[in-house]
Amino acid sequence: MIKLENLTKVFKVPGREIVAADHINMEVPEGEICVLLGPSGCGKTTALKMINRLIAPTSGKIYINGKDTDAYRVTELRRSIGYVIQQIGLFPNMTIEENICVVPKMLGWDMKRARQRAAELLDLVALEPAMFLNRYPKELSGGQQQRVGVIRALAADPPVMLMDEPFGAIDPINREVIQDEFLKMQDKLKKTIMFVSHDIDEAVKMGDKIAIFRGGKLEQFDSPDQLLAHPANDFIADFVGADRTLKRLRLLKAEAAIDPSALAVNRDTSLRDLRAMMTERHADAAVLLDEAGKVAGQITGEAASAEGVAAQKSEPVHAVVKASADLREVVSVMFANDTTWLPVVGTDGRFQGVVTQAQITHLLGETYRQRQGAGAH
Amino acid sequence: MGANANTARLVGIAAVFALGVWAAMAGLADEIMIYWEDISYLTVQHVVLVSVSGGLAILIGVTMGLVLSRPAMRSTAETIMQVFNIGTTIPTLAVIALSMSLLGIGFVPAVFGLFVASLLPIIRNTYAGLLAVPAHLKEAAHGMGMTPLQILWRVELPNALYVIFSGIRTALAINVGTAPLAFLIGGGGLGELIFTGIDLMETTMLLAGALPTAGLAVLVDFLLGQVQFLAVPKGVNPLR
Repeated sequence: MIKLENLTKVFKVPGREIVAADHINMEVPEGEICVLLGPSGCGKTTALKMINRLIAPTSGKIYINGKDTDAYRVTELRRSIGYVIQQIGLFPNMTIEENICVVPKMLGWDMKRARQRAAELLDLVALEPAMFLNRYPKELSGGQQQRVGVIRALAADPPVMLMDEPFGAIDPINREVIQDEFLKMQDKLKKTIMFVSHDIDEAVKMGDKIAIFRGGKLEQFDSPDQLLAHPANDFIADFVGADRTLKRLRLLKAEAAIDPSALAVNRDTSLRDLRAMMTERHADAAVLLDEAGKVAGQITGEAASAEGVAAQKSEPVHAVVKASADLREVVSVMFANDTTWLPVVGTDGRFQGVVTQAQITHLLGETYRQRQGAGAH
Repeated sequence: MGANANTARLVGIAAVFALGVWAAMAGLADEIMIYWEDISYLTVQHVVLVSVSGGLAILIGVTMGLVLSRPAMRSTAETIMQVFNIGTTIPTLAVIALSMSLLGIGFVPAVFGLFVASLLPIIRNTYAGLLAVPAHLKEAAHGMGMTPLQILWRVELPNALYVIFSGIRTALAINVGTAPLAFLIGGGGLGELIFTGIDLMETTMLLAGALPTAGLAVLVDFLLGQVQFLAVPKGVNPLR
């Protein structure tokens, strides 16, 4: 857990004072990623660097797991916090192994244990230890260097990590890959992380919470969905963009938008029964399943007007989506296939339900209806 | 690049060998060998002059460059470096002469003059090399909890070492080349054969001083090059 209490930083320059952080109060629960977001010069990096005292606060308190950080010696504090910067900062005079072992060594680990840890960590980011341990940073690609930068910060297994635009210098394709890898890692490691970014898309993707800064002030501290759905003021609304509701698509999974009224039938269901069910549920199509519960086709209302069994009138489906796919991907597949609904399948390939455009719209609109409802009372 | 350098080296060795063959045939080598006793005695003197003055220059030059590069010196370091840069423009002969007028004649003023002449490149390269270590490396080191001394030893010096070594090579090249002038203020060394040879219009005597001086300069630079190659860590050494 990281807790900031009235954290303030005033830089004195000749003639005036610049308030880089103005009474910031926030709390990041254990195991969560909090993204500090805002335009350049908003104070997000200052706030981050005060946590490991690279910048000394003017006033205010910082607590890590309940303990006041003023109680630590500064080097001791920094060694217990993982730190990743945009320029990576691998030491070019040291091998990858030596780079990873810097903090464990300062903490007095024995070399054998530190080496073993370095190999484990390289494995974790899919870099073959035998190949990389003895290389020098300049022999690695940018993406590989940044992976090493992240695992170097993890070397001594610190409970807290500070990341200053860690993926900012990586090309967009590699950035997505590294972000995904990092999130997968975080699922297991459950570190408490402060993460500075200036990219709203990255913030929405990585953050459990987002803190938006302007002029040294914390403007809003909320979950990504709340922030996108209910920006606290015009500045935030502008900053997150006019397409903010579309950005929320990314936060929801296909399984969340399954329409309960959708129909699924077996091969030998009679079309007469199917017509009755369609009328009852106001459905205009049904999914045909095979014996294993997998999607075998679809039957439109028109086709169902004939006589016989379902299998005879089946047509191929446009596409299926995975239950774990985010709604942005689902909508994209819908648009590509000119359809308003898609069958959802689990990881085993079995049918789980149908996601419809109406259901997605309903889901995204829910939070606004609640707010209006609450306002009316 | 490696192939070219090797070819150049081979051509150089062949040329020196051919020169040696010619010198032997012309009887020059024999004539020079007449001075063998002087050569060996004066070479030792020369080497002592170079190593004492050069060693002091490295020790003090690196220390001064290091001190000047510390953040606490930031406001004054540039001014001091400017003064040093102006100092570099003073010809080495003038430095030797000034040293004599200050300290008299003999070994000590000679060493002092050579020390001053070779000090500046070392200070300048140490200072510049340490300042050129990227700020983000220092930030990463601070952020990981290194102490300032650890940052200096494990991050700054290794990354500046190549540039520092280049300064030392330049300085010692100047030093070895200037050392014959030490004779003029009573410091001894191979300059004794060179200058006496000039005065007496005795070419063999002159060569008996000049050839070992040249050989010494090449040798010192070669040895330092080897040390630079081996001592600078692989990740920051453009030579490997």
